[in-house]
Amino acid sequence: MKVAKRSYDAVIVGAGGAGLRAALQLSEAGLKTAVLTKVFPTRSHTVAAQGGVAASLGNSTEDNWHWHMYDTVKGSDWLGDQDAIEFMCKKANEVVVELEHYGMPFDRLDNGKIYQRPFGGHSQNYGKTPVSRSCAAADRTGHAMLHALYQRNVRANTQFFVEWMALDLIRDADGDVVGVTAMEMETGEVSIFHAKATIFATGGAGRIYYSSTNAFINTGDGVGMAARAGVPLEDMEFWQFHPTGVAGAGVLITEGVRGEGGILRNSSGDRFMERYAPNLKDLASRDVVSRAMTTEINEGRGCGTDKDHVLLDITHLSPDTIMKRLPGIREISIQFAGIDPIKAPIPVVPTCHYQMGGIPTNYKGQVVAPKDGNASSPVAGFYAAGECACASVHGANRLGTNSLLDLLVFGKSAGETVVEDIKSGNLSLKALPEDAADLALARMARLENQTNGTDVHEVRLAMQRTMQKHAGVFRFSDLLKEGVTKIMEVAEQAKHTQIKDKSKVWNTARMEALELDNLIEVAKATMTSAEARKESRGAHVRDDAPDTAEFPNGRRDDEWLKHTLWYSEGNRLDYKPVNLQPMSEDVDPIALATRTY
Amino acid sequence: MSTKRTVQFKIYRYDPDRDDKPYMQDISVDLEPSDKKLLDALVRLKVKDDSTSFRRSCREGVCGSDAMNINGKNGLACLTEVDDLKQPIVLRPLPGLPVIRDLIVDMTQFFKQYHSIKPYLVNNDPAPERERLQSPEDREELNGLYECILCACCSTSCPSFWWNPDKFVGPAGLLAAYRFIADTRDQEASERLDNLEDPYRLFRCHTIMNCVDVCPKSLNPTRAIGKIKDMMVRRAV
Repeated sequence: MKVAKRSYDAVIVGAGGAGLRAALQLSEAGLKTAVLTKVFPTRSHTVAAQGGVAASLGNSTEDNWHWHMYDTVKGSDWLGDQDAIEFMCKKANEVVVELEHYGMPFDRLDNGKIYQRPFGGHSQNYGKTPVSRSCAAADRTGHAMLHALYQRNVRANTQFFVEWMALDLIRDADGDVVGVTAMEMETGEVSIFHAKATIFATGGAGRIYYSSTNAFINTGDGVGMAARAGVPLEDMEFWQFHPTGVAGAGVLITEGVRGEGGILRNSSGDRFMERYAPNLKDLASRDVVSRAMTTEINEGRGCGTDKDHVLLDITHLSPDTIMKRLPGIREISIQFAGIDPIKAPIPVVPTCHYQMGGIPTNYKGQVVAPKDGNASSPVAGFYAAGECACASVHGANRLGTNSLLDLLVFGKSAGETVVEDIKSGNLSLKALPEDAADLALARMARLENQTNGTDVHEVRLAMQRTMQKHAGVFRFSDLLKEGVTKIMEVAEQAKHTQIKDKSKVWNTARMEALELDNLIEVAKATMTSAEARKESRGAHVRDDAPDTAEFPNGRRDDEWLKHTLWYSEGNRLDYKPVNLQPMSEDVDPIALATRTY
Repeated sequence: MSTKRTVQFKIYRYDPDRDDKPYMQDISVDLEPSDKKLLDALVRLKVKDDSTSFRRSCREGVCGSDAMNINGKNGLACLTEVDDLKQPIVLRPLPGLPVIRDLIVDMTQFFKQYHSIKPYLVNNDPAPERERLQSPEDREELNGLYECILCACCSTSCPSFWWNPDKFVGPAGLLAAYRFIADTRDQEASERLDNLEDPYRLFRCHTIMNCVDVCPKSLNPTRAIGKIKDMMVRRAV
């Protein structure tokens, strides 16, 4: 196969929030930049975010970034790196105000400032009372943000390669990253994008689970590419199950519904969160609420004929508030649950939503991996931001509204670092290795010539069911052990997928087979990392690490206050310390404590 | 006791790599009880015939990927109840745009028109340290405008766009134009009107209102176009 080569200062893979924010930095600095995206930018999954973006603007309640930092560290169950968390919370006002200047249509308060609403786990005075920190455009914040960022990139003349799917990372003999291979959907042809800097902003891989709020495109492409290229993946055992996916459909209902006063009820109509989180109640952290809901359902207090969900009730809110603040939720409820939330409560279940782990980075957006005794040595030429990256600001559990903040702050930061590294001459265009396209071409050829192979749909389904059963909201040591064996079997089947459609033009069968290669890396990383972590922390709660007086919540800081690193080769695990030290000397570390809400 | 649900499709098929010309394929598929939307049925169909090609992503009506012509009317597959559709369900690509393959159209012309209206806020004042203020009432002016998902259902249902896709901005682009004109933070309303002052760009809208009829987000491009026309008239007198 003929392989065309193109050269750039920087290539960005992915055009969701993080990719677009990074692209702005590069385009405005005049760097020659290519943004590769497998969907038109405004189709990226950032578009589905609803409830808001966190920033301690303090527009309707007193607030400051120290409180936000505390909430984020506590939300992470102390697994987040405190330097990166400080950086993110400090930068929040700046990046949100910038967005407003780009034209984002935030809702407004009477005084004309950005409207802010309460959200789970966000508080005043270090956990005391709920705070309004979520800056919102109705319940369509992600849509408003993604469009504003795309529009600003139109203004900046950013060069997009729309409907190009990145295939593999190119590393040279030194291990430095020198670009990616990618396939143009319309022609099926493979090209090399040779670049001084490669930024991954490819989003999460929520489609490894059977029931997910995520879009079809969330197949962990960047994470899979990094794993195949020998880069470790960090903290992949931590997956967020959003408390309120529409039962049966999986579609997201924002936590902003509870921020506006919504209440979760069991089959007796009880507001059960009062028992699990006496202080923040329905606005406790997502992992806490999802477990409470699952416990209610498991103990027979679920609703409906199969007692398999609980109810999210906003019938006590005025129709006016619902129409004004939650119009999209009303549409979704009518469309996917067949009920109007003004009149009846919405049936909801915890649903896979967000990948806390990912490609390890530092706060500058540089990808880091262990090398020569340094646990976090930058991989030259390689950057990542957004859900595909692990900075790590979310640790073991992400707070709502911190994902949109993460992609803004670290998208911008990765962009700034690349601009700096290129302008200072730190990064040059290194020679392409002879075998630059070999990995991608071998995968394409294997798929093309496969006979007596496995079916992409069947293998993907087997993976999704395995993940759902063996690595769900609650985790069990025997199921995890069995899950590792099972997922490795599924991974074996994924090596032999076969497609019937061999057309060169817009071949979606081929695309799905290539995506499955990425999903399976994520699934292996998740199951293996989860099986190994013998404690309960954040979203990872095991039956053999229960809540005891000696180890509250089952958390074992003595052994497990560390980041997991998973390597695809040999399905191998390594660990690195958590950074408990904030970035600034005058900022006190958030001391380890038992997490209650 | 379970009754099998089978749906019959008649689908526009064309793969330039394989077919001399397009044809309509008759095909049926058995649905599972959880398959509610047309998109669910299409995904099920793709398991049976992996060459069936269409775009899809969010499956909840916010990304705008899966617009197609469904029994003669443009809509999103993910928001269309499959049981409400008359069978065989006739699926065609969005009308008026070149077909790349099957239900996948080349949207270049559509986005070119969107880009032509300068779809970004222009405010040349030095950026303040905090947000620019906007009253809730002024912000409300943007409701019904900013929610557009660029699915192209509207523009590709508009006869004026079919005839002059290179000259008429089309309902989606004009809705976006008004979104910025109506924004109190934008300083280029007058330039934006100049940009549309042309026999084709704006005035090819003959208020046929197909755009309003098909918009999956219940937006009203015709009203936005009417407001732009009013502003043109007002500044002319």
